[in-house]
Amino acid sequence: MRRRVLPGFGLSLGYALVYVGLIVLLPLAALAWKATGIGFHGLLHLLAAPRTLAALRLSVGGAVIAALINAVVGLLVGWVLVRYRFPGRRLFDALVDLPFALPTAVAGIALTTLYAPNGWVGKWLEPLGIKVAYTPLGVFVAMVFVGFPFVVRTLQPVLSSMERDVEEAAESLGAQRWQTFFRVILPMLAPTLLTGFALALARAVGEYGSVIFIAGNIPMRSEIAPLLIVQKLEQFDYAGAAALGVAMLSLSLVLLVLVAVLQRWSNRWAERTA
Amino acid sequence: MKKTILVLLVAIGTMVSAAVGAKDVSLLNVSYDPTRELYKQINNAFAAQWKAQHGDSVTVQMSHGGSGKQARSVVEGLPADVVTLALAYDIDAIADRGLLAKDWQKRLPDNATPYTSTIVFLVRKGNPKGIKDWADLVRPGVQVVTPNPKSSGGARWNFLAAWGYALKQPGGSEDKARAYVKELYKHVPVLDTGARSATNTFAQRGIGDVLIAWENEALLAQRQLGADAVQIVVPSITILAEPPVAVVDSNVDKHGTRSVAQAYVQFLYSPQGQEIAAKNFYRPRSAEVAARYASQFPATHTFTLAELFGDWRQVQAKFFADGAIFDQLGVGS
Repeated sequence: MRRRVLPGFGLSLGYALVYVGLIVLLPLAALAWKATGIGFHGLLHLLAAPRTLAALRLSVGGAVIAALINAVVGLLVGWVLVRYRFPGRRLFDALVDLPFALPTAVAGIALTTLYAPNGWVGKWLEPLGIKVAYTPLGVFVAMVFVGFPFVVRTLQPVLSSMERDVEEAAESLGAQRWQTFFRVILPMLAPTLLTGFALALARAVGEYGSVIFIAGNIPMRSEIAPLLIVQKLEQFDYAGAAALGVAMLSLSLVLLVLVAVLQRWSNRWAERTA
Repeated sequence: MKKTILVLLVAIGTMVSAAVGAKDVSLLNVSYDPTRELYKQINNAFAAQWKAQHGDSVTVQMSHGGSGKQARSVVEGLPADVVTLALAYDIDAIADRGLLAKDWQKRLPDNATPYTSTIVFLVRKGNPKGIKDWADLVRPGVQVVTPNPKSSGGARWNFLAAWGYALKQPGGSEDKARAYVKELYKHVPVLDTGARSATNTFAQRGIGDVLIAWENEALLAQRQLGADAVQIVVPSITILAEPPVAVVDSNVDKHGTRSVAQAYVQFLYSPQGQEIAAKNFYRPRSAEVAARYASQFPATHTFTLAELFGDWRQVQAKFFADGAIFDQLGVGS
């Protein structure tokens, strides 16, 4: 084995494995074990119920769209924060972290206060026939809010380490602006952008605290999947709740694997264009 | 280094001996959400009485939350000496796990519920929609706020009150009750997860024309918002909501707190306990105390759960279990 600068590979690997096992795998195993109580038939029945499907559609669908929007806007905000110098930039930069720092319930209540029909924003939207609070749109707004910092914060270090001369080289070689963006900058950023997207997505899929206040919780319409889990627990149906949890976890896993595949593909794309 | 350890040992030793000498008793009362104000006063009064009678000081610690969630915490090991929850179903669930005797509801008077409440309507100032009774809630253009019975104990009382109203009308039947309740939930724009959040949706966000609520919650909301903001309408007939209390056998035996826990729940039935309940907008069981607070609790016809529906296990299976009547109503679709 090659000598490493820092010793203790065996020890640190051991610690890392035990830690991941205790913090991540053990609870997951407990969840899966609880879920077996429902049986295969029960699981199928539960997952095929229209109400479960509607809730999963809202939670996963809303999270995907929210993460997409966060990816686009987050790229823009990250770019502005790294590339430009303007008064108040540091404050602006600090504000990005707010959704991280705010307790989710507080965020939910704040958003509801804002977007309720008698709220500061809601009262202007109401006459236009746009209802935000207590509709799927409200769920989506909360998901955008909680996912926003992930994209900006993952992109920022990459953006600041990206040399400006690459763009200048592209330009001096006769590239149009859109060519510089799509053929030079985007391929370099794509893997990081996807990481940010995946983080924002994962956060929004399972989000409960901030979403629950602004969702109307009407079955089939504005009911999120985590709420279904809470309702199962309320009936002391641990197995059903765990089964729904496993279902959500599997969906998230599929999505994250998809993102990872995209990432590898975009890495190769970046190498090829470079 | 040695010195610090020595100092630490001495400190711990003094603390332990002090605790043993003073005979401090500590109880944990696990309760549901709207009882915060009630038990703050009960605990002080009880501690004073216990100190006078036995010379020991009792500290009652509280844990509040949704009734079902609290029951789950106790099942999972929260060391509650006493549980005071929103419905018997949640204490049944604790009894099912063997933490207290199955006949717990027979061990105290009045179904182990020292105070009751009813389900009433809270409407906006001046009652602009002219809401007088259950029938008015399903008129076109009326919006009703009530939490989701699948996640809220209070909401289950609301549901049963509405069902019982329809059942008790002339010519009432199960089918008519189902039709009425189905129509009622079509008028609900938001199904909050708990009673308190439904009150907030109605009062703070201005959603809906009517809030179906516990009487104690409605009176509290009225006191906090002012009588010029909201007013209470008592329907012609409603359910007598009975939030029960119980001593958790296996926990008090473990802690050696059985006698004080027993005295604590008995205290709720005492004239002083009943008075405090009434002050906090719960209907007292004691006729004498009730007479003194008659203006606060308008007379209305009530039916009990046992009269119309049997016990909570039956109710849960018939109405609120997965695939049962509430799910069959197809709320939202």
